Amino acid sequence: MKYAAPTTIDEARALLAADGDAIVFAGATDVVPQMRGGRPEPSMVVDLKKIDRLMSVSLDGDTWSVGAAVPTSVLTADAVFTADFPGLSEAAGLIGSDQIQNRCSLGGNLCNASPAADSVPALVVNDAIAVIAGGGGERRVPVAEVVTGPGQTSLAHDEIVVCFELARPAAGTSDAYLRLIPRTEMDIAVVGAGVRLTLDGDGAVSAATVALGAVAPTVVRVPAAEAALAGSSLDDAALAAAAAAASDACNPIDDKRGTIDYRRQVAGVLTRRAAGIAADRIRTRNGQQGDS
Amino acid sequence: MSTTEAPADTGTNGNGASGYRWVGTRPVRHDGLDKVAGKARYAADLNLPGMLYGHILRSPHPHARIVSIDTSAAEAMPGVKAVVTGADFPEAPPKGATRNLMCTVIARDTVLYSGHAVAAVAASTRREAKAAAEAIEVTYELLPHVLNISDAMADDAPVLHDNLFTRGVEPRPTEPSNIAARTVYERGDVEQGFAEADIVIEREFSTQAVHQGYIEPHACVVDCDQEGKAVIWASSQGHFMVRSSTATVLGWDTSRIKVIPAEIGGGFGGKTTIYIEPVAALLSTKAGRPVKIVMSREDVFRATGPAPGAIIKMKVGARNDGTITTAKAWLAYENGAFQGIAAMLGCMCVVSAYTLDHLYVEGFDVVLNRPVNVAYRAPSAPAAAFAMDSVVDEIAERVGMDPIDLRLHNCPSQGDPTPYGPKWPMIGLRECLEAIRDSDHYQSDLPAGQGRGVATGFWFNIGEASSATVNLNENGTATVITGSPDIGGSRASMALMAAEELGIDPHSIQPVVGDTEVVGFTDVTEGSRATFATGMAVVEACRDLKEQLRKRAAKTWDCDVEEVEWVDGSAVHGPGEQEPLTLAAITGNAKRTGGPLGATASLNARGAGPAFSVQVADVSVDQETGRVTVERYTTAQDAGTAIHPSYVEGQMQGGVVQGIGWALNEEYIYSDDGNLENPGFLDYRIPVASDLPMIETCIVEVPNPSHPYGVRGVGEVGIVPPLPVMANAIADATGVRIGDLPLSPPRVLAALTAAES
Ligand SMILES: Cc1cc2nc3c(=O)[nH]c(=O)nc-3n(C[C@H](O)[C@H](O)[C@H](O)COP(=O)(O)OP(=O)(O)OC[C@H]3O[C@@H](n4cnc5c(N)ncnc54)[C@H](O)[C@@H]3O)c2cc1C
Repeated sequence: MKYAAPTTIDEARALLAADGDAIVFAGATDVVPQMRGGRPEPSMVVDLKKIDRLMSVSLDGDTWSVGAAVPTSVLTADAVFTADFPGLSEAAGLIGSDQIQNRCSLGGNLCNASPAADSVPALVVNDAIAVIAGGGGERRVPVAEVVTGPGQTSLAHDEIVVCFELARPAAGTSDAYLRLIPRTEMDIAVVGAGVRLTLDGDGAVSAATVALGAVAPTVVRVPAAEAALAGSSLDDAALAAAAAAASDACNPIDDKRGTIDYRRQVAGVLTRRAAGIAADRIRTRNGQQGDS
Repeated sequence: MSTTEAPADTGTNGNGASGYRWVGTRPVRHDGLDKVAGKARYAADLNLPGMLYGHILRSPHPHARIVSIDTSAAEAMPGVKAVVTGADFPEAPPKGATRNLMCTVIARDTVLYSGHAVAAVAASTRREAKAAAEAIEVTYELLPHVLNISDAMADDAPVLHDNLFTRGVEPRPTEPSNIAARTVYERGDVEQGFAEADIVIEREFSTQAVHQGYIEPHACVVDCDQEGKAVIWASSQGHFMVRSSTATVLGWDTSRIKVIPAEIGGGFGGKTTIYIEPVAALLSTKAGRPVKIVMSREDVFRATGPAPGAIIKMKVGARNDGTITTAKAWLAYENGAFQGIAAMLGCMCVVSAYTLDHLYVEGFDVVLNRPVNVAYRAPSAPAAAFAMDSVVDEIAERVGMDPIDLRLHNCPSQGDPTPYGPKWPMIGLRECLEAIRDSDHYQSDLPAGQGRGVATGFWFNIGEASSATVNLNENGTATVITGSPDIGGSRASMALMAAEELGIDPHSIQPVVGDTEVVGFTDVTEGSRATFATGMAVVEACRDLKEQLRKRAAKTWDCDVEEVEWVDGSAVHGPGEQEPLTLAAITGNAKRTGGPLGATASLNARGAGPAFSVQVADVSVDQETGRVTVERYTTAQDAGTAIHPSYVEGQMQGGVVQGIGWALNEEYIYSDDGNLENPGFLDYRIPVASDLPMIETCIVEVPNPSHPYGVRGVGEVGIVPPLPVMANAIADATGVRIGDLPLSPPRVLAALTAAES
């Protein structure tokens, strides 16, 4: 197994193009355990962490650009980013442990294509765009379209996720992410739920996005739950309807991490709770702005 | 009594409790610095010149006949220096403990669990060894398998051993079965007991098999020489056991083998047996080179140490005043692939925390297609306590009595009969119950929405054989050599007891674990025995030395030895005509008074003091997800005397944490084809630090009269109460009693949902 550490995207892509068995890695927190667990070693591993653009976080006007290989501990420590996307920051801060987060990346979390990846529902509800470098230059794809099934992505062999673009949230907007694990850390989500809400001046929901993890082969958006929340004042009936819609949207499997019934039931509960947290965040922020 | 609040190194002050100078202080452990600095040497750290790596091929099937093994392809692979299969080992006897050990190390004609060792390769690199092992062709004829007690006990169950006939049944069965043994303990007349009861509660319980979860996988390096002698470096709980077990499996004389103990990265009972040393020894013999074998985590889960799962049916009667009149228990314990004594131990423990005039306890040891059981802290007691203390909790609720008061009301004392025969010696159950009752935790109000549970635990503790050699150095320091691998701070305790005897600072004492050729025979560190039994040997050797020291002083002073006393590390002349002689003064002059000073003691320790623990927890339960959070936890345990309170507390806390894991999340998940689906810590969920509050400790000291300092042994009983504590606390929080472990979020939510409808 060879190791390469290119400093440009073109170099990295050339290495991939020349070797159909080569793979890229960022934190390698998925790649190394997979190899140790018996997955065949590739002929070459290409380290993405020496490429500046994949390692930088910037705010340009109203658009955040987050390098695909940036350790997630950088994001959770970034107060401005975290204020804009508390739910996404929270999700990034749930991955593994401090040690893992000093290595692991959003790009790796997405491209590993686990249905349980924590940051993906939070990226999806924020309409994140993956910027992908490939043969024809760069293409911009909604994050929800990158993963096609467990372990499967829509990337070509020589394509690399460069960064994620996120529009700064509109006024009255915030997000939240919750996951259920039996322990408190070092565990894989049995269910994950991301919610983003926009509240109008009267406290009614003017926009809602809901995405669930670990309940289907890929992260799923839940339009029915979004519809149940939109236009409501987050009353119990609307929250219950959103919860029911989330449960219905699940297409889970029975496995060592949870049963179908359990995942359905909990998906509803977490959706309702995440909506409550997102709304509280908006109200708190509005309150603070009112005070100042 | 002491609490966790004073972890500072108080050892240097020499200000122990109970009138002792050093016993009861908290010096930093002698092996501590190396461990935190990453310098301690574990077995896997050793590399010898020319060393090969061994890899063991394991069965992918839970039950199969080995039709043939073809190693020719493997032998031709690059780097391969030796290949062994079961055929290279001596034939195993048809049945019994020796067969079980031999066939666990390597399968003969039948594999009995997925992960069973079948063959092994030694090669120049790890990769080569693994690749070659995978190239060994094994032809299996699949046999039907059984993975749980009910299936294994069924009349039409596939039978694992055609020569296994249930012991303890009259007349002796004519057909073999998976029920290895039946055990019965009875006293009085249970029917009369039920007739005297106002309430009778009958419940069924099940617990899951769990792994000890030690962080260090099994590892060894074995170097066999031309003359057929072997040196083994191994991580174990007993290197004399490694020597004798390896000799048994290989059919060698024990004197051919020397075992050097490595530092051990956790055992909890799981390293009281061997798996890999004879395989490495045979590979080394064949290859003429040292061979290292290190198990992977997956191997550890698939092929070593479960503590058994159990099914227990309890029927208990009580009067309205809280007097328990009788108990009837039916217990079935998994044994793994070979028979053991799990159910027998469960039978002995199940009602031990209660005085009962009438009892009937019947147990069944059941073999099935899983790895053979190995000890895990207080083996079998946790499941038994789960059943009994869950029912007792329900009785307390029904008769409207505080659960501690009810237990005090039924608490055995010295002289009462134990359920299994002999009378109780001096025990501290009552004191533990009172300690919890009076604790800040139990006295404080339960926060709204939470539930509180209490339970008790019992464990026998054992004595067994120990040896110690204490040598005094010319500068007045001492070296204490024992044969007990230190799995929980025992070296520090040995140093403290020696310090107390000799009257010198514990940091002037170097405690060492000696190999099988430098120290006398010592049994495995198990049964909470090291500080008790090996400590006794250390004390005996030190007392011998004190006699010698007095004689040397008498010689120096030219007086009668009767005139010399040993006080605070010095020889003191009774009549007062001489200046006291310090230990250092005597050892410094030893050459002129008769030569170096050293003493050895070897003994069979008798009178191990039974251990009890009482624990309380507050939990909150997420009613919508079934997730349980432990909010507060306090454990009281009778240590006899806490030689080093910090390490006593560490044992208490460690036991509790492992018990909480057993109660809440740990379980083996098998696929239908009998393979383990969660052979790693990601999906085999032992608790992580952030799952738990600080475990508050309350050391109770009811000294054991059989030990010079009153030690009981503290390593095991702490794991017993958490199973019922968690179940009782969850019942208190939710009103729903769950009899099946683990109390994982899906199980709790299902129970809550079922109770609602
Ligand atoms: C102990 C432990 C705990 C964990 N806990 C969690 C958890 O709680 N939640 C969770 O979601 N995950 C968890 N994980 C999994 C893992 O840490 C995450 O998925 C992490 O985000 C992966 O990031 P990485 O940079 O390390 O990925 P890598 O291992 O470097 O890569 C993962 C995959 O993505 C590909 N890849 C990486 N970067 C790119 C890119 N820029 N373009 C194209 N392909 C790319 C790689 O080829 C590989 O296939 C855990 C892992 C461990 C070891």
